[in-house]
Amino acid sequence: MTSIAVTASNAIGNAAAADIHAPIRISVRNLNFFYGDFRSLKDISLDFCDRQVTALIGPSGCGKSTLLRTFNRIYSLYPEQRAQGEILLDGQNILSPSVDVNELRARVGMVFQKPTPFPMSIYDNISFGIRLYEKLSKADLDNRIEEALRKAALWDEVKDKLRQSGMGLSGGQQQRLCIARTIAQRPEVILLDEPTSALDPISTGKIEELIEQLRSEFTIVIVTHNMQQAARISQFTAFMYLGELVEFGPTNKMFMTPNKKQTQDYITGRFG
Amino acid sequence: MSEISHDDRQASAPAWGRVRRSRRLADRTLKIVCTVFTALGASVLGWILLMLLYEGGTALSLDVFTHVTPGPGTEGGGIANAIVGSLILTMLGIVVATPIGVLAGTYLAEYGKGSKLAEVIRFVNDVLLAAPSILIGLFVYTFMVPPLGGYSGWAGGVALAIIAIPVIVRTTEDMLRLVPGSLREAGAALGAPMSTVIVHVSWRAARAGMVTGILLATARIAGETAPLLFTALNNNFWFKPNLMGGVSNLPVMIYQFALAPYENWRSLAWAGALIITLSILALSVVARLLLKKDHAR
Amino acid sequence: MVALSERMSISTMQTTRRAPKSLSDAVFRWASFSSALLVLIVLAGILGSMVYGGWPAFREFGLGFVTSSVWNVGKEEFGAWVAIAGTLTSAVIALVIGVPISIGIAIFLTQLCPPWLKRPVATTVELLAAVPSIIYGMWGLFVFAPLFARFIQVPVSNLVEGLPIVGTVLYARVPSGVGLLTAGIILAIMIIPFIASITRDILDQIPTILRESAYGIGCTTWEVVRHVLLPQSGVSIIGAIMLGLGRALGETMAVTFVIGNANRLSLSLFDPSSTIASRIANEFNEASDLHLSALIALGCILFLVTFAVLVLARLLIARVRTQ
Repeated sequence: MTSIAVTASNAIGNAAAADIHAPIRISVRNLNFFYGDFRSLKDISLDFCDRQVTALIGPSGCGKSTLLRTFNRIYSLYPEQRAQGEILLDGQNILSPSVDVNELRARVGMVFQKPTPFPMSIYDNISFGIRLYEKLSKADLDNRIEEALRKAALWDEVKDKLRQSGMGLSGGQQQRLCIARTIAQRPEVILLDEPTSALDPISTGKIEELIEQLRSEFTIVIVTHNMQQAARISQFTAFMYLGELVEFGPTNKMFMTPNKKQTQDYITGRFG
Repeated sequence: MSEISHDDRQASAPAWGRVRRSRRLADRTLKIVCTVFTALGASVLGWILLMLLYEGGTALSLDVFTHVTPGPGTEGGGIANAIVGSLILTMLGIVVATPIGVLAGTYLAEYGKGSKLAEVIRFVNDVLLAAPSILIGLFVYTFMVPPLGGYSGWAGGVALAIIAIPVIVRTTEDMLRLVPGSLREAGAALGAPMSTVIVHVSWRAARAGMVTGILLATARIAGETAPLLFTALNNNFWFKPNLMGGVSNLPVMIYQFALAPYENWRSLAWAGALIITLSILALSVVARLLLKKDHAR
Repeated sequence: MVALSERMSISTMQTTRRAPKSLSDAVFRWASFSSALLVLIVLAGILGSMVYGGWPAFREFGLGFVTSSVWNVGKEEFGAWVAIAGTLTSAVIALVIGVPISIGIAIFLTQLCPPWLKRPVATTVELLAAVPSIIYGMWGLFVFAPLFARFIQVPVSNLVEGLPIVGTVLYARVPSGVGLLTAGIILAIMIIPFIASITRDILDQIPTILRESAYGIGCTTWEVVRHVLLPQSGVSIIGAIMLGLGRALGETMAVTFVIGNANRLSLSLFDPSSTIASRIANEFNEASDLHLSALIALGCILFLVTFAVLVLARLLIARVRTQ
């Protein structure tokens, strides 16, 4: 247990310190979430800062994925799920019915637990999302795709096979392709839902490096079940338990001197 | 938490409204078209049922169930012989098909794992599942009708059985595959031989699904006309107890009477059509409910 | 000694008890194996009986049996072309109409339908497959054909009369409502439940996460379906369509009611025609000798065509199984 705490505190050195004066990108106010009659998020209120990585941690079923899935309203694919309260993205309440969910999802990109390349070429996997919202010349489109693949640290591996199917890549490459696909749309926020849970340690390392670089441009929210990962890559951490937000603050403070005993117990591996 | 939530730190917002109208239009068109297609499909069923209730309902009377089919151009009569004939042929078909289908499905699910031959049989069974039923009528005709000296209920029953077998094989196999392997292992661990495990554990666990398969097969063959045309044929009398000669049955009776120039025959055809369709739909619904109830435990 | 004899008696008891069990085990295994083999025998039997019964006609007419469009019972001249052309045309019409509707229904059921409506709609569509073929025939002949004649055939014929090509293909000399197009429409309705339910299974098997990630980059439902779900299902949907084609090719009773059973070739989709199956159903009971053999030879051709289509279908579908 001590050793975990030690590793965690060592790892904090890797992530840049939290910028507590960064502008606010997403602001959650009194959010409640329901699966049918079951209330799975209880009065959540917190803010996500621009160009910072915020990690959502907590035991399985605590609502961290549910919270993430409200930011692009992907939950609304399922009629029995609904959210109540306010989520302000740049001051605009995205839960309001007047918001176009498709456009919202282009602004708030999402990467899932498992790689999900679309059944098309590597090139088209990326151009598809861009072309939904922008009309670009061939040259501009090519540039955007190269830029996205470079940012996703995938360009050198795929530049000679852009016309091949995206399904032919390895798992780690597929996940970076999905990240490239997301950043190519130039979203404001990127949601990562346990993006490395299906990957080997080396691919995981690459993705973590990538997240650190992407932070300079995007607001990032990541759900992770791996506390060392949260410590390594995030500036802010939110600890959730049973649908409630237990504690939220700069990551190094959360891991070194948590305010609540529950947080301390979870971080040191005493439960969860 | 409070230290980072200042209103003056609000990030600037780019403009909304980038979704092109053509995309919205395509999306709306898809949703409308798919909904309309579904409504269209469902309304055909409703239309057919209304037609049957109207035409068949006016033709129904007690006589329909108690009298035999009338001769051409005569009045009165019923379709009692066709109803009973259909029941007998369907029963005959299902009685022949059930043991064969269940055993074959059992072979595929329990014995044939990884065997090439089982793979081929499974494939051929799937093909037979969709094979034209008229060809099965022709097949049974060539090996049963001339050799037995004419049309017979036996040939009709065999033709229906051949149509029912693939349905039963497929559902039996599918249902047995849903039985967890641990259950079989538990049976075998008691020292029971494989056949005992299959009969007392696998079959029992898969029972509802297998019965559903048999009911669906019954529904399928009860309305089959084409294979009976060349095997059981049809006539306007009570069939002989040995089922030799033609055996009157609803589907072929409906076919012959509906296209005949006699008003009385046509109205009996409608009555028959109503009876047979309602029976088959009821059977199908019951079969589905049975499976659903079992899945809900 | 006592202990030993006791042990011996136990062991003999066990062997006597086990012997009939292992026998019944073998019998059971043998019975299920031969039942399974019967499936193969039936297929071989169908093929054998068709070739055997159709042989006199094949020998008499050779390849001309397939290419000739003469079917004259009095002169004992038989050619299958009209029936083959009718079978293929009606099946193609059925696909052209039925496939978009089937896929639309599958999309509705998997993507658009509110959960409470799913089961009733799915059951209704599946019940369409349970309605006997002969009922579709009666509906087609007595309800659909008169409406079709009045509201489609007459106006369209008036509209296209004298025009090149369409003036031939869509012109009804006698607007009776029956004919090739009517048969194709009825066939379309009959194959819809099959194609729709397999397509639905295929779409249901696509991982939720792929669908979510397509929505996640801002796709509309149309874009998710068009660019992700349908390409992802790929050849399986072609397989489902082929299965529908196999059904349409061999469907008998409904077609016999509404196709008009004409023996001559016509270029108009509104004119009566016949299919292999409808011709067999119509003429078989009055046929003898060469005529009978020619009908079985027709059956043989139908068998080969549908068998090829169904085999292809099954290979493409890669067997959607209930897990």
